[in-house]
Amino acid sequence: MTTPLLTIDGVLVVIAAWFCIGVAGIGALRNLRVVAHVLFPASALLSAVLAGLALPAVAGTPEVALLAIGLPGLPFHLRLDALSAFFLLLLGVASAGVSIFAAGYFRRGEGTPPGLMCLEYHVFLAAMAMVVSWEMMALSSYFLVTTNHRLPEIQRAGYLYLLVAHIGAIAILLCFGVLQANTGDYTFANMRAQNLSPFWASAAFLLALFGFGAKAGVLPLHVWLPEAHPAAPSPVSALMSGVMLKTAIYGMLRVTFDLCSSTIWWWGVVALAVGLVTALFGVVFAAAQVDMKRLLAYSSIENIGLIVVALGLAIIFEAYGMRSLAALALTALLYHCLNHALFKSLLFLGTGSVLHATHERSLGKLGGLMRFMPWVAWTALVGVIAAAGLPPSNGFASEWLLLQGFLFTGGLPNPYLKMLVPVFAAGVVLVAALAGYVMVKFFGVIFLGRPREERLEKAEDAGRLERLGLVWLTAGCILLGLFPVAVIEVIDPIPFALVGRGLAQSGKVGDWLMLAPVSAERASYSAPLVFLLIAAIVMLTFLLVRRFYHGRIRRAAPWDCGYPFQTARMQDTAEGFGQPIRQIFEPFFRMHRELPSPADEAPRYRVTVEDPLWGWIYVRIARATEAASRTVGMLQRGRISIYLLYSFVTLVALLFLTQA
Amino acid sequence: MNFEGFLAQLAAMALALVVAPLLVGWVNMCRAWLQNRRAPPLLQQFRTLHKLFWKESVVASDATPMFRAAPYVVFGCMLLASMIVPTLSTNLPLAPAADAIALVGLFALARLFISLAAMDIGTAFGTLGARREMLVGFLAEPAFLMVLFTASLISNSTSLANIVTTLAHREFTILPSLALAGVAFTMVSLAENARVPVDNPATHLELTMIHEALVLEYSARHLALMEWAAALKLFAYSCAGLALFFPWGVAQANDRGALLLALPALLVKLAAGGFALALIETVTAKMRIFRVPEFLATAFLLGVLALLVHLLLGA
Repeated sequence: MTTPLLTIDGVLVVIAAWFCIGVAGIGALRNLRVVAHVLFPASALLSAVLAGLALPAVAGTPEVALLAIGLPGLPFHLRLDALSAFFLLLLGVASAGVSIFAAGYFRRGEGTPPGLMCLEYHVFLAAMAMVVSWEMMALSSYFLVTTNHRLPEIQRAGYLYLLVAHIGAIAILLCFGVLQANTGDYTFANMRAQNLSPFWASAAFLLALFGFGAKAGVLPLHVWLPEAHPAAPSPVSALMSGVMLKTAIYGMLRVTFDLCSSTIWWWGVVALAVGLVTALFGVVFAAAQVDMKRLLAYSSIENIGLIVVALGLAIIFEAYGMRSLAALALTALLYHCLNHALFKSLLFLGTGSVLHATHERSLGKLGGLMRFMPWVAWTALVGVIAAAGLPPSNGFASEWLLLQGFLFTGGLPNPYLKMLVPVFAAGVVLVAALAGYVMVKFFGVIFLGRPREERLEKAEDAGRLERLGLVWLTAGCILLGLFPVAVIEVIDPIPFALVGRGLAQSGKVGDWLMLAPVSAERASYSAPLVFLLIAAIVMLTFLLVRRFYHGRIRRAAPWDCGYPFQTARMQDTAEGFGQPIRQIFEPFFRMHRELPSPADEAPRYRVTVEDPLWGWIYVRIARATEAASRTVGMLQRGRISIYLLYSFVTLVALLFLTQA
Repeated sequence: MNFEGFLAQLAAMALALVVAPLLVGWVNMCRAWLQNRRAPPLLQQFRTLHKLFWKESVVASDATPMFRAAPYVVFGCMLLASMIVPTLSTNLPLAPAADAIALVGLFALARLFISLAAMDIGTAFGTLGARREMLVGFLAEPAFLMVLFTASLISNSTSLANIVTTLAHREFTILPSLALAGVAFTMVSLAENARVPVDNPATHLELTMIHEALVLEYSARHLALMEWAAALKLFAYSCAGLALFFPWGVAQANDRGALLLALPALLVKLAAGGFALALIETVTAKMRIFRVPEFLATAFLLGVLALLVHLLLGA
């Protein structure tokens, strides 16, 4: 190497250090204190270093490194360009918060010993940093999912996860096989150089969408996600939802815009349709969930759907040569990836704290925790506002950019597309509005109201290290929300590298105060101003009311229309809050209701909501497989004479073939 | 921001604060007349606000700080929203801070806070109100955005000031897309402002109320801020509707002569709009809550249709 210190070397050192921490965890297998107070904080520090290394690398020149490990004659080719640097940045920022939280999170006597947990956690981190090691990521996260491996439903979740991950991996391998176009050279540089025919390029794109989609939880390959994410310990759920899903998005971007030499417009339509269906499905199911971690897992499906929608929009614009607009859609996509990584990690960590304090995951048994866990509640509130996509949060900034992208589709040359795209835009705003519903349910039922069980009043707030992790991610959300132009400037080299145009690079993004992606006349939004103005009005109103009137207050029992007998059980349950959504979107669900009759001595009300896709697709595939194997099984007769007959017939057939 | 712009912005804020309660008072007056009742005076809303501000606030014993902060935040969102909608003039220095999409976002932020505050006390009515408010919101919000998108596509801009400028300068023809959008907008604003047929501002019947259930636990200054915020919301919605569908009379930037005419024009338009609202509320019956999703879904579809009509016919 010519220059002594390349960023990529630094990245490799961080990854190696993670492995070392993992191995050290084995050394301190049951020593929780070492693992919690030394290894995890050190790992958080490494994450911060990784983020620091990756930030300048996004704008830097691509770097290449060869690692002489792996099969003989097949060294690892590693390349650090803007796109991979961005995802390393995302990994670093999110995992720094998650690791420091994890340091305070893992307790004695829960499933896997802490040292082994530490090893798996760090192998998972390292594997995500080197996206090449796809299988390692799947395996290490499988072991993390099955931390509490004695529970049968967790074993089932882990198995399902591993299965879908492998089906996805096969599709990805096939995709790379198509991309290398029979040259036998599997380096990305070679794939980039190939000029595929539209048919094979489309095959590669569809395989990538399927394969990476399995990892990202795109419909109909999402079934593992709501099972696996809740099963894992909360810091791991945070990493899986926040970061691991994004590695799949990285893969989609890499294949579509980098490895394929050109894009075709209908790919975009496919991505738009798949993304929108995924998003709508995710958000509607999130509204019906009664388990807080499952709710967040479905909300992740929704966000991945929105990201895939942005991908579709970018492909359409790119295919028609509208590069500035493709850059706009890509910027929205990457921005949303970053936002989702932070706010979803934050929310998952919050559920982790709640879980530790109450040992309860079911929303129906929580409530009123804001008074007992103010740190977790207020940080979660920031996450909720971001997840609901409301100004001035970061979630709003990226959705705003995406909607701006939709408003430009009037310039598309294809009349059918012009007609189709507004329908997609309508779907996207519906999803965004429903996300607000879901988040009010999530926050309101867990943190507000009165505790639905007495023991909740003894819930303790998060510990010091946990708070540090929560505050880190909250600060990240706030900064990303308040300074969108700075974020876009960081992201900018990526669309420039992928579609040859950037938003900030063309000088059309506004100054730090005002975000104006195309022109100030067209559209503008200023997060700092909106925030400052609301804050100023709030302060001023508060002071004026005190100045001209008074601030007297009296505490009393709630009014509640004068009904004297009220218990905490009379509040809306999670089922109750989701009921309107269940009713409106009834065809989406497969519901089982158990209603009590008026004469029941011990009335029971029960409603379970299931994923209809299980019945429609997975159960049918399973049955078809069984039927096929039964048919094949007919060949097995267990009699020598029949097997001899098979050999004879085969021989004759082969002879016949060679003769002809 | 120059001095003149600063003044214009200040004037817009003062106008919103004063006219919003007047508008509510006017609607109440008209409704009373139409229903053969004696009307409360026009300034009744101010008297009520003043009375409420003087009272001692009674807060439930286990309310969190969020419950007390929410009225201020909601009031802040609504005041900001009414400041960025062009009322008298399109020369508003703060208008670029939030475009049409951000306007919808501000309303949604207020909705989130008001719903969370209603859930905070943990009473059955509070959570019921929050659930219904979010139900109305998740359908009304996209419908309103579709209306705004139609106007944005016509004027090639999501900035409200630019939309008004473009729409005011086109020749007077009824565009089919705008007509559809107008119907959708009317339906949405009835629902969003808790009016008959979706909600009844005059009822305290528990089974039907939405807005009243949300603010049930509030009293004194907190209630005053919530009610003022609701009035500001009605004002902002009315002005947005006037700006989109009757933009004539709003002064363009740097046109000082038109400013003199703008205030009477706005008041006349608001008075007419208020009367129309009272008329709708008088002649329609309130819907069952289960019908509300259908009502709003119709508005949403009309909004999408408006967008499609614009893209297909270019009109």
